[in-house]
Amino acid sequence: MTATAMKHSPFTQEGQQASQKLCSKADLVAFSGVAAWLETPKGPRQVALFYLPGYPRELYAIDHHDPFSNANVIAHGIVGDIKGAAVVASPLYKQHFRLEDGQCVEDESVTLCTWRAEFKGDAVWIES
Amino acid sequence: MSTSSKRHVVIVGNGMVGHHLVEQLIESGALAQVDVTVFGEERHRAYDRVHLSEYFSGRDAEALALCDADYYASHGITFNSSEAVTSIDRAAKTLTTERGDYPYDQLVLATGSYPFVPPIPGNDRDGCLVYRTLDDLDAIREAAQSAATGVVVGGGLLGLEAANALRGLNLETAVVEFASRLMPMQVDAEGGELLREKIEALGVQVLTERATARIEDGDASRHRMVFQDDKVLETDLIVFSAGIRPRDQLARSCGLDVGERGGVVINDQCQTSDPDILAIGEVALWSESIFGLVAPGYQMAKTALSTLTGGDVSFAGADMSTKLKLLGVDVGSIGDAHGNQNPGARMFRYLDPLTQVYRKMVVSSDGKKLLGAMLVGDNSAYDTLLQYYANGIELPKEPASLILPQSGAAPTLGPDALPATAMICSCHNVTKASICSAIDAGASDLGAVKSDTRASTGCGGCASLLKSVVDHELTARGVEVDTSLCEHFAYTRQALYDIVRVEGIKTFSELIEKHGASGAHHLGCDICKPAVGSILASCFNEPITDAAHIPLQDTNDTFMANMQKNGTYSVVPRIAGGEITPEKLVVLGQVAQKYGLYTKITGGQRIDLFGARLEDLPDIWGELIDAGFETGHAYGKSLRTVKSCVGSTWCRYGVQDSVGMAIRLENRYKGLRAPHKIKFGVSGCTRECAEAQSKDIGIIATENGWNLYVCGNGGMRPRHAELFATDLDDEGLYRTIDRFLMFYVRTADRLQRTSVWRENLEGGLEYLKEVILDDTLGMGEELERQMQTVVDNYQCEWAGAISDPDKLKRFRSYVNDARPDPAIIMTSERGQLRPA
Ligand code: SRM
Ligand SMILES: Cc1cc2nc3c(=O)[nH]c(=O)nc-3n(C[C@H](O)[C@H](O)[C@H](O)COP(=O)(O)OP(=O)(O)OC[C@H]3O[C@@H](n4cnc5c(N)ncnc54)[C@H](O)[C@@H]3O)c2cc1C
Ligand code: SF4
Ligand code: FES
Repeated sequence: MTATAMKHSPFTQEGQQASQKLCSKADLVAFSGVAAWLETPKGPRQVALFYLPGYPRELYAIDHHDPFSNANVIAHGIVGDIKGAAVVASPLYKQHFRLEDGQCVEDESVTLCTWRAEFKGDAVWIES
Repeated sequence: MSTSSKRHVVIVGNGMVGHHLVEQLIESGALAQVDVTVFGEERHRAYDRVHLSEYFSGRDAEALALCDADYYASHGITFNSSEAVTSIDRAAKTLTTERGDYPYDQLVLATGSYPFVPPIPGNDRDGCLVYRTLDDLDAIREAAQSAATGVVVGGGLLGLEAANALRGLNLETAVVEFASRLMPMQVDAEGGELLREKIEALGVQVLTERATARIEDGDASRHRMVFQDDKVLETDLIVFSAGIRPRDQLARSCGLDVGERGGVVINDQCQTSDPDILAIGEVALWSESIFGLVAPGYQMAKTALSTLTGGDVSFAGADMSTKLKLLGVDVGSIGDAHGNQNPGARMFRYLDPLTQVYRKMVVSSDGKKLLGAMLVGDNSAYDTLLQYYANGIELPKEPASLILPQSGAAPTLGPDALPATAMICSCHNVTKASICSAIDAGASDLGAVKSDTRASTGCGGCASLLKSVVDHELTARGVEVDTSLCEHFAYTRQALYDIVRVEGIKTFSELIEKHGASGAHHLGCDICKPAVGSILASCFNEPITDAAHIPLQDTNDTFMANMQKNGTYSVVPRIAGGEITPEKLVVLGQVAQKYGLYTKITGGQRIDLFGARLEDLPDIWGELIDAGFETGHAYGKSLRTVKSCVGSTWCRYGVQDSVGMAIRLENRYKGLRAPHKIKFGVSGCTRECAEAQSKDIGIIATENGWNLYVCGNGGMRPRHAELFATDLDDEGLYRTIDRFLMFYVRTADRLQRTSVWRENLEGGLEYLKEVILDDTLGMGEELERQMQTVVDNYQCEWAGAISDPDKLKRFRSYVNDARPDPAIIMTSERGQLRPA
């Protein structure tokens, strides 16, 4: 995960990072998303996990909350790429968010939180 | 009080033509020379009278308005609505309204016309109305509420339009015509007879050669019309549509020349006998003719602009050719349609009593030029004939080929055969040459040409011709229209469909690997993935819940439920034909109660349970499936509902079992994935209680079987379905629908309903009939076979999902915790839950 993306996450502060195990690889759905609960210093938070097997980056963690509809639905959007960048389209009003840094393609002022996530064996770990 | 030194132009009347003049004044820059004031007697600003009837089918006054509310003011034009001009003082150059006197330098009369009400005793009774303005339509709607029957006096163009409106208001409708046939101005005896048959088949009674003598109190209804032969007809509501008369009262009382039968006399500059007073539109009489159409009015407006600003445009008459759809019946009339204005002219006639089509051509004595034409029942030849007529193009060796039925595609006059002077859009006076220059000046698609030239923004009759000219000219200039589906596939949906079928490709990943756009990444996107998912499903009908297909689906298909605005889902079990047993109704109630679901009867004759949490969907469906329900595909681009009326089983008028047919059809086509959703309706008789003519597939029972209508639409842009085949037996009906739907699935664009597909289909309904009914492409059997594969492979997706633990895992709201989503908050309203 890049430094820019970390800036956007209100819950990621230098020196405060802790890792937690969220689920197993078998819980994920290839080329699609699932949602999970994440414990953060500020309380529980919902995160969407996207799994792209065989791609340079296979695992993304991004806010499950859709700021446009105010509903927790991002994990249920369609994954795709726009001009080479992996994105998810909100299932409600179809805005696209870049998985890499959470940037909304249609509205520059909106960015979703993203987290660093990785496989440790078959387990999915995430930094919170 | 104006201190400006500009000339003061006053326009009396804010109808279609008066408004067009205002637009011309604004667009030409003439406002630098003149101040403009407009008086309109109606309370609405100018609206689209040509499409007035759409007021009854959903367009309100705002939608019919010809401009934005602040258009006049923002250009400094004074607009006084609800203010009729009552007199003109030509000597003092002032005019008077009920609110005051106003000066003018030049005056334009654009007062239009009024409906003629024959002087019959009783014609002013309550519920005797006319059809001209929005206020008239409000009055008709109001009166219809307490009426069961309605009569239109007058069987001309406007009368039939009014009859359609009455029918639309659920009145049993009759048309009374004085002449021996309907539309005597446009059609001859044969055409009139055909028109009568068609219109009677729609349930409208037609009485010709009837002169009304008086109207008095009725017994069973509000009025009784007594005819001159002493026959009577009872009705609750009467609409007079016996022709129009110019509103020339103002001109008469200030001494301007008027014609013997009315109309303000104008010269080629649109000036009246007082050169400072002009008249345009339906009030004007030019060379002894009144033009009751909007296109000639617009030409007059252009001439008036020129006269007001010192130009030299003159009005040289206008073509009265028209193409209409009245009560769903095509009627076209070109030039000397009756052939009585050209001695020596020869007639060609073609009459098909089975498909009820009549075409007639009036040809010069040497057989070379088209002088006129008449079409009833099918206007597909209109554009071509009009071009032959209007441009004096020499007819082919066998002129008859233009109106005879064709085995191949109908002979059309290609856009390249049209001369540069060919009039493409008569409303806005746009020639082929002006379209070409718009393209040369940079207009690179149809939309740009339309906004640059205004072609096709009037009556809309020229839309298909315009499109073919624009397409042709763009192609000729080497402009390629980009038809790529998205950045991942440089193909249209139709091309992808063919690739999938021909190569037997069964997954998205294989397709994008082999045929994805070069340089594109291979994830796809939310445009191509669902489109390909739908194509794969139409071809192979594998469960959309299979692992390879899951990532392709919109969330609604993934979870086989529609996502609502708060992230919950709706549950819609299939209720085929709208028929449901009491036992099943009880189960729906119990399930809704148990899971706290909001319950509503939908517009599609079934029951929707809203507010289900993702994790509850499998349990809810488990209980429903146990009770014998299956998925209703409310989420899919697939068959939704087959709406039915109760039909012959119960209804005193029913001639066939519409419910039984609806259920058979719903069970046959359920599960068919298509470019967009598909809706059917089946009515047990011509009263059409199932609204079949607003559906993609509409079926109406006849004494002998079923009439099939296709390509109707409700929704954003309603479209009446068109009659496609008549008196089919059950098997014939299935076969025709199989072919029709598969052809649609194969060739439509993504998210294109049958209505839009049909409107974009080259060759139109005729072509569709040839392919489906006459099998000209020789693919009928293949289409049927393909449909049978889909039918045979049907399985209820929900039943499949709940019996597969792997698939069930998908329905956890969170993979690591069973906590419910705290953001879903409900409140209660009218005894049920709804999102807070
Ligand atoms: C539930 C229902 C309204 C109701 O409470 O009655 C409904 C609800 C929705 N309609 Fe509808 N339509 C419903 C009957 C209709 C009808 C009436 C009919 O079918 O007779 C129409 C007009 C007829 C037609 O389609 O020609 C209709 C025309 C539309 C349209 C416009 C389609 C068009 O061609 O213009 C959309 C938007 C679209 O599909 O792109 C739409 C889309 C929707 C969606 C799916 C919008 C969305 O994406 O969330 C709604 C969600 C349904 C849900 O969550 O279950 N709905 N919708 C009706 C379900 C019928 C059923 O039993 O399946
Ligand atoms: C139902 C219907 C369908 C039609 N369909 C078609 C069609 O398909 N194709 C086609 O070409 N034509 C069609 N027409 C005809 C078309 O609408 C007319 O040709 C066109 O509207 C004429 O425009 P106009 O401005 O001359 O008259 P109008 O549109 O009638 O406008 C005249 C306006 O002047 C106002 N007015 C009159 N006297 C005064 C006064 N003293 N002071 C102030 N204001 C005054 C009136 O209230 C009215 O608003 C149809 C007409 C109707 C009613
Ligand atoms: S359409 Fe159906 S319900 Fe309506 S009158 Fe005819 S048979 Fe009866
Ligand atoms: S002919 Fe009426 S819009 Fe073109």
